[in-house]
Amino acid sequence: MFSSMLAACGTSANAGPVTLNFYAAPDVSGATAKVVTACGAQSHGKYTISYQVLPLASDQQRQQLIRRLAARDNSIDIMGLDVTWEPEFAEAGWVVPWTGSYEQQAEAGTLKPALETAIWHNQLVAVPDNSNTQLLWYRSDLVETPPTTWAQMINDSIQLAREGKPHYIEIQGAQYEGVTVWFNTMLASAGGSVLTPDTEHVSLGAPALTALSMIKRLATSAGADPSLGVQQENQNRLAMEAGTAAFELNYPFVYPSMKADKPTLFKYFKWAPYPEVVPGQPAHVTIGGTDLAVSAYSRYPKLDFQAALCLRDQASQLESATVGGLPPTLASLYSDPAMFPDYPFHADILRGLETASVRPETPAYQVLSIDISHLVSPPGGINPVSTEKSLVGEVNNALQDKGLIP
Amino acid sequence: MSTSTEAAAVAAPSEAPTSHRHKKPPLSEGARADRKLAFLLCAPAVIVMIAVAAYPIGYAVYLSLQKYNLAFPNAVKFVGLDNYGAVLTSAYWWQALKVTVIITVFSVLFELVIGMALAELMFRTLFGRGLIRTIALIPYGIVTVAAAYGWLYAWTPNEGYLSALFNNSAPLTSTVPSLAIIILAEVWKTTPFMALLLLSGLAQVPGDLEKAARVDGATVWQRLTRITLPLMKSAILVALLFRSADAFRIFDNIYVLTDGGNNTYSVSILGYDNLFNALNLGIGSAISILIFICVAIMAAVFIWGFGAAAPGANLTR
Repeated sequence: MFSSMLAACGTSANAGPVTLNFYAAPDVSGATAKVVTACGAQSHGKYTISYQVLPLASDQQRQQLIRRLAARDNSIDIMGLDVTWEPEFAEAGWVVPWTGSYEQQAEAGTLKPALETAIWHNQLVAVPDNSNTQLLWYRSDLVETPPTTWAQMINDSIQLAREGKPHYIEIQGAQYEGVTVWFNTMLASAGGSVLTPDTEHVSLGAPALTALSMIKRLATSAGADPSLGVQQENQNRLAMEAGTAAFELNYPFVYPSMKADKPTLFKYFKWAPYPEVVPGQPAHVTIGGTDLAVSAYSRYPKLDFQAALCLRDQASQLESATVGGLPPTLASLYSDPAMFPDYPFHADILRGLETASVRPETPAYQVLSIDISHLVSPPGGINPVSTEKSLVGEVNNALQDKGLIP
Repeated sequence: MSTSTEAAAVAAPSEAPTSHRHKKPPLSEGARADRKLAFLLCAPAVIVMIAVAAYPIGYAVYLSLQKYNLAFPNAVKFVGLDNYGAVLTSAYWWQALKVTVIITVFSVLFELVIGMALAELMFRTLFGRGLIRTIALIPYGIVTVAAAYGWLYAWTPNEGYLSALFNNSAPLTSTVPSLAIIILAEVWKTTPFMALLLLSGLAQVPGDLEKAARVDGATVWQRLTRITLPLMKSAILVALLFRSADAFRIFDNIYVLTDGGNNTYSVSILGYDNLFNALNLGIGSAISILIFICVAIMAAVFIWGFGAAAPGANLTR
């Protein structure tokens, strides 16, 4: 508190570097803190960046940012936005669009689906920082060749159950954002989407029925973990480490964790591309990650753009990837040998990101996602036909900003 | 207040009686000064009340008549009672109301019965009275959120002893067991408060009446239902009123234990989610106002139901 007051005094007197406040999610790895310091040092005295740590839960990060922005708080300069918030923030006029040379620098060498998350109404409203995607993790002592389709994976799991071996398929089924991600992945892989390309109307339809049927099929098979309806990424990781599961659909953070926690199982802990929903059509896994945006109420937008570009440049992303474990958004890094020791699966991640699907792009995303998660979870309760109908109704309500959220 | 009316009566005796019953007698100068002083003395409290209670309530009413989402600052407009229509036709509101009523009825009922027993124990115990009262009050002294986390961990499979006791079950993953645990946590926490309120009522029952009844051959049950409880009526009313209004607004236990999952959300949780997750100030405020109305109706029913035993009833005229 005291130091930020001092910093504020310093800036108004025009003496020394300006302090830019960077509001972003907590990072226990220390990579963000390092990158922030490095960028300040590289600015040659123009600015220093102060890392303001947001709450751990992404809902609360968004709430804090929106409360401040709605009150036109000018102490926010750069923000780390979850890839689903861009339309909402842009539509409300809280972020400055990227134009000219800043836009060019932001786009150069950046993975296309990552860039898509940062575009709203044909304008670049943020710059992709890190990305994320899920892979299929499996136990090579239980399954010799990894399944390539969902139907195969469920059958493999049923077979393992018959043999009395560990057989669960670990996936995020709790009533939260993770289950919306699962549904979106299944839907996109079945060739559908939640919204029409103009993002104004509901799409869903037949592909949604395919996706919901497959989710229901897993939930009611022997492959389902009994806790499926309350599981999030971390419970999935723990179940796999406990040795009760044969398959896990999860982010790459499970890899170093398995290495540290269970060296005996780590020997058999392998990965493969996300299984297909429709045989022969590669899956389109939902993309995750963070984009950096410049606040519309910042007093130093020019410096903000420069600092944001530094925070996601080659060196910064390499640091975040190797120390923080976050997949980069710059394509070139995936062929950088410095990445390989910590990312033996770099090629599969890159392939996943290149064919990734984006979550519905709409300012109403938050409400829409809550509605979806409530209809899709618990997965055992899905009735494909009626669930699809309810989804259409709720998504329509969300688009028109009508009704309540549960 | 009474002094000023007396002063007025003394000053203008001829005006007072028969003919103009509904017309107030004109005030004397002294009485007027008294009244002015009274207003002045009340003013600071009234101003504070307006600032901390009337203004927020008024603002909530105003917001509840607007289409107002923080994320859509350009789409704000007056919509009349549309938000109330949206809430009252939503299945989520009725689900939340059902859950809230179930929690309120069951937790207050258990608290009343156990609290009464506890009050009797604290009242009649002959030795270690201070110790018993202190021990009984411990749950009430623990912060609700901290206690709720205690319950949460105790019922988490592989971590908690209560889950282990019941075959490593995960009761917080389905609706009915979750509600039972929420009610249990509420009862555990607030029974001492109930007992304390009832104890003060118990202390008002004259011991002689009880002794007389005993001499007349009344059984324990008769003495409780015919003498103790009727004489405690106003203490019971206060306890029920406080606890029901409190239980109806339940938030913290649910927030920690299930966060409203599996259809265990109360009206307060619903209001919070719509205000802070959906950032929908219009709908969220409408929900808040409806909660306010529900609590007001509940209080009114209690006070009418208990008639003259209502606190303050004997003070009015």
